[in-house]
Amino acid sequence: MSAHEAHGDEFYVKTWAILLVLLLISVLGPLLGHPVLTLITAFGIAVVKAYLVAVRFMHINLTPRFVTYAVATTLVFMLLFFAGTAPDVMKNHGTNWVKPAWIQAEAAYAAEVASGAAGHHGAGGHGEAPHGGEAAPAHH
Amino acid sequence: MSARPIATTRSAAGMPTARLAVWWIIASEIVIFGGLLGSYIMHRLAHGVWADYAAATNPWIGGFNTFVLLTSSLMAVLGHQAAERGDGPRAAKMLYLTCGGGLLFICVKAYEWTTEISHGMTITANTFWSFYYTAAGIHALHVIAGCIIMLFVAQTAKKNLELHRVEIIGIYWHFVDVVWIFLFPLLYIAK
Repeated sequence: MSAHEAHGDEFYVKTWAILLVLLLISVLGPLLGHPVLTLITAFGIAVVKAYLVAVRFMHINLTPRFVTYAVATTLVFMLLFFAGTAPDVMKNHGTNWVKPAWIQAEAAYAAEVASGAAGHHGAGGHGEAPHGGEAAPAHH
Repeated sequence: MSARPIATTRSAAGMPTARLAVWWIIASEIVIFGGLLGSYIMHRLAHGVWADYAAATNPWIGGFNTFVLLTSSLMAVLGHQAAERGDGPRAAKMLYLTCGGGLLFICVKAYEWTTEISHGMTITANTFWSFYYTAAGIHALHVIAGCIIMLFVAQTAKKNLELHRVEIIGIYWHFVDVVWIFLFPLLYIAK
């Protein structure tokens, strides 16, 4: 059927073992509490794991090249979406639009947490919404 | 004249049509999950308070579910191996094991969600939990759909019929696994 059969079962078991080791590192790494280390161990390793699954399990490298291009194009569209909408979402402190009340409430809550007055609110996050959440309009 | 549909046998694209179709599905799924995760990331970066909400998720449960999905992916690819060798019954057995992994994943998710909801962390609690339940929920629906399709595929594979389907459902299942590989650090690790 394909070049897939060139590998024996051991190859896949070995790949699975590598994935489990990577999983362990991605869980334990963030426990060290270093932000950069967390980024590397959590997200860097996620990319490596996804690559291993795509190549060794899905055999994307054995499909015609246009498939890889099609998949890569969708990823580019995702980045375009991010680039197009992130400025509005991430820079919400402008003056030329009406901000929904929940953004102001969230800012107040963040300030409260920063000042250490939030007590158990921030630590547990047991669903205490500092804002109206879904009731708020989406426009900024 | 053969009753076999042409679409399952022709190979104008340089690959079996069914395999091409599943890659198209995956490409469209990337847009769905990519948009969702992209939205999550930008909100997560913009609202520092989300780190507090994320602290309530349990990385050990998420890690266990990652282990379950990775293992089920191994079963799926071993099923593909068996199908390549023409060993339908073993391929079916591997697909049933893969399905078992999917079922275990859903059971763990149900336990996790029950605990969280009983502590007031519902989908309407705030935007973080809305994203959490939406992303994990859509993913869980894909797991359930994959399991159902896999049972049909296993039924025919057991009789040594339509063995190419084992690879097709396997590719889909691995994609569901890849989505979880990214959901796991986003929802459980980054705090």
